[in-house]
Amino acid sequence: MSQWEVVIGIETHAQLATVSKIFSGASTAFGAAPNTQAAPVDLALPGVLPVLNKGAVECAIRFGLAVDAQVARKSVFARKNYFYPDLPKGYQISQFELPVVQGGHVTIVVGQGEKSYEKRVNLTRAHLEEDAGKSLHEDFHGKTGIDLNRAGTPLLEIVTEPDMRSADEAVAYAKALHALVRWIGICDGNMQEGSFRCDANVSVHKPGTPFGTRREIKNLNSFRFLKEAIEYEVRWQIETLEDGGSIQQATVLFDPATGETRAMRSKEDAHDYRYFPDPDLLPLVIGEDWVERTRAALPELPEAKKQRFMADYGLSAYDATGLTASLETADYYEACVAAAGQASAKPCANWVMVDLAARLNKEGLELGQSPVSAVQLGGLVARIADNTISNAIAKKVFEALWAGEGSTADEIIEKQGLKQITDSGAIEKLVDEVLAANAANVAEFKAGKEKAFNALVGQVMKAAKGKANPQQVNDLLRAKLAG
Amino acid sequence: MIHASLKELAAALAAKSISSVELTRLYLDRIARLNPSLNAFVTLDEDRSLAAARAADARIAAGQAGPLTGIPIAQKDIFCAQGWRTTCGSKMLENFISPYDATVIVKLEQEAGMVSLGKVNMDEFAMGSSNETSWFGPVRNPWDQTRVPGGSSGGSAAAVAAALAPVATGTDTGGSIRQPAALCNLTGLKPTYGVVSRYGMIAFASSLDQAGPMARSAEDCALMLSAMAGFDEKDSTSLERPAEDYSRCLGQPLKGLKIGLPKEFFGEGCGAEVMAAVQAAIGEYQRLGAEVVEVSLPNSHLSVPAYYVIAPAEASSNLSRFDGVRYGYRAPEYSDLNDMYSKTRAQGFGAEVKRRILIGTYVLSHGYYDAYYLQAQRIRRLIANDFVEAFKECDVILGPTSPSTAFKRGEKAADPVQMYLSDIYTIAVNLAGLPGMSLPCGFDGQGLPIGMQLIGNYFDEARLLNVAHGYQQATDWHRRTPAGLE
Repeated sequence: MSQWEVVIGIETHAQLATVSKIFSGASTAFGAAPNTQAAPVDLALPGVLPVLNKGAVECAIRFGLAVDAQVARKSVFARKNYFYPDLPKGYQISQFELPVVQGGHVTIVVGQGEKSYEKRVNLTRAHLEEDAGKSLHEDFHGKTGIDLNRAGTPLLEIVTEPDMRSADEAVAYAKALHALVRWIGICDGNMQEGSFRCDANVSVHKPGTPFGTRREIKNLNSFRFLKEAIEYEVRWQIETLEDGGSIQQATVLFDPATGETRAMRSKEDAHDYRYFPDPDLLPLVIGEDWVERTRAALPELPEAKKQRFMADYGLSAYDATGLTASLETADYYEACVAAAGQASAKPCANWVMVDLAARLNKEGLELGQSPVSAVQLGGLVARIADNTISNAIAKKVFEALWAGEGSTADEIIEKQGLKQITDSGAIEKLVDEVLAANAANVAEFKAGKEKAFNALVGQVMKAAKGKANPQQVNDLLRAKLAG
Repeated sequence: MIHASLKELAAALAAKSISSVELTRLYLDRIARLNPSLNAFVTLDEDRSLAAARAADARIAAGQAGPLTGIPIAQKDIFCAQGWRTTCGSKMLENFISPYDATVIVKLEQEAGMVSLGKVNMDEFAMGSSNETSWFGPVRNPWDQTRVPGGSSGGSAAAVAAALAPVATGTDTGGSIRQPAALCNLTGLKPTYGVVSRYGMIAFASSLDQAGPMARSAEDCALMLSAMAGFDEKDSTSLERPAEDYSRCLGQPLKGLKIGLPKEFFGEGCGAEVMAAVQAAIGEYQRLGAEVVEVSLPNSHLSVPAYYVIAPAEASSNLSRFDGVRYGYRAPEYSDLNDMYSKTRAQGFGAEVKRRILIGTYVLSHGYYDAYYLQAQRIRRLIANDFVEAFKECDVILGPTSPSTAFKRGEKAADPVQMYLSDIYTIAVNLAGLPGMSLPCGFDGQGLPIGMQLIGNYFDEARLLNVAHGYQQATDWHRRTPAGLE
């Protein structure tokens, strides 16, 4: 029996990082007292009218350019009509037939190391719309409270084609998109506050047959939930089909406590949203000059930066991908290389992606919170490169920098006397002493035991308190033992 | 004094022969006496009015008066005015106190210094042609109190016709300024769509709604429009154009003016006495040197059906905000959320509003949208193109405003289609977004006023007003006032 193929499309609501709302002047800041950031327009008082926030459009243009999409010269705002207490107008202003961003794609890297592969996820569209308010069901003694602070917050809804074939691909896409919207500065990416929320459309089918019926998992606000929800949903759909059942189109919710998805409403209860162009807003016309001005102001994009890192710094695709996972990482890395010197680009990559990442991870810190700055780390790598210290000593210096024991690697090396011994006379003296004191090891080595050589190196390094240049120690020992 | 023009009132105020407070009291007294039978005003606030009058007097004394400072006005209860009850003629908003001012209110009260006498009655949410759909009861026509004043700006029309106010604001979605102006012997202007801000004006059909003045003459309308018009950044459909003095063309001779007569407006469907009065007005224009040309608006018969798709579609969505959640009426008892919505809206809206919400919901529904809404939008473009073609042949278009004079209360209330047909000549103007006026041109055998309609090209209000003014310089229909209201 042939295998099931999983088909996933993702819709993401990215909250745009504008100061004010999409159709009113009220603030979009998170966490204010309920209903203190709701202007007459957000409250949908009788007679009020929406006025489009240019900043939100600018965000959409940035996104469109970043994913190589068509920025529509003319797009149209439409009303999506439905009743809900936290939807004050009884309709949401969105875009329906003519969205502002059409097409585009995001390149993702799935998996790690040798098994990793690159894939292009195509976008259908991205459109501007307003968020609804919040219904608060607790603390009101059986009643429902309404907070309209969030009502009218600008969102960019980004819709993919059904291009992903596994939960891992879906997560890789969500992470890449998350990095991208932060990279171009249109969304703060704060998933806990709901600034970046994913809906996953999931179906399964046998290759060569039409796509199966999809179910949409709503409001996934972490990458882990996205993965768990899709994996559960896929297992459930396959089991249902293999048991002879069929899948009904539905909207489902994921319960992180149980790890299960459950149907919220079926296709039969689907709303008829009665979309029509909003007569309060003129079509959104974006001139070529606006697009070009925005293009000129965009930062170097992840893919371009990755290619440049490979070309300029001689990095592998894997390293370059890792270092361009976020603009912060890329900026940190480049500052590190600038301090260490171009020749140390590869060791800098290792330090950023391995040592620093592990240390941050251990403390649960983000890169932006690192106690060791890029310039400090670069200064450290430079001392390895010029043989002032060995790799082993460098790790000590790194810890000292982390602990704030000095403001530069040089200061710590100086203060703590960690400078590597490269004076061949001094090293020779140590080697002679070790050889004299360890006749048994010398004899073993001469009898062909290579292990004995390592023991002798260890003795020399110990005598040097780790500061002797390891290559010099090796070379001298070999010469003496051969002599 | 109560029948004086706005210019005469401004002169009297400037000469200190009367103060704004005195003038305001004069009208408030008339309102107290005559409003109980006419039912034109739904909300009065003497303290607020007199405070505004005192402020106006101070402005006049300081030499900072504009042409309208200190002049009283009646405001259609569709404009939100801070601290005032704003009902839109509906039980839904019976107790709604607006926390903000409409742009029109800001312009007339704060900028021009006019004194609002109160809020005037209207068909519920501006849906009606007779002022019988108001939750606050029907308005009586001052010319015959058994008859309707027209609608939806019926309160505005009755107030000015009965001299309870020298001028009033109105709004016009399908004829709601022009038809009541015709039925009450007033001069009313619906400007080009986008000339007057819609911010704070409770929306009926957003793409058609436009506010304008209802007054006793074209000259008064010109003064009023100059104060009401102007770009407003709070209304995205407001047009960015330089400010205009709409009085600037008044007094220019009409010689050589080309008046287009659409043959579709002079066929069947119009009452004989109305037609005769309009024909007589055409004769008067010819005497004034105007030329008459026949034009055609071949799609005008489609305007009522297209309008009754587009306007209800927009209304069904615009009125969704009246849900009982945040303000306005909420049903006292309900079992759950959906029950709260349905009871609130069933009890809070009147029959005509519910009918239009249902029509609008239907035409926007999946499977019907293309056949109704999109089709109606196509017709709308055809109708607009008809006018573009017609204006290649003429400067203004003339015809009847309403096919009949004021009808009896209850006469058409049971038959919505008959009611809708009373706007047969006015609706196309809204669909095209053009400026249109109604002005008095005679009386029928029962002494009821007859109005004629003048339609101008886009932004041609100043010329349109002069065409009306020229006629009013040669005739006195507009000066006649109803008897028995002194």
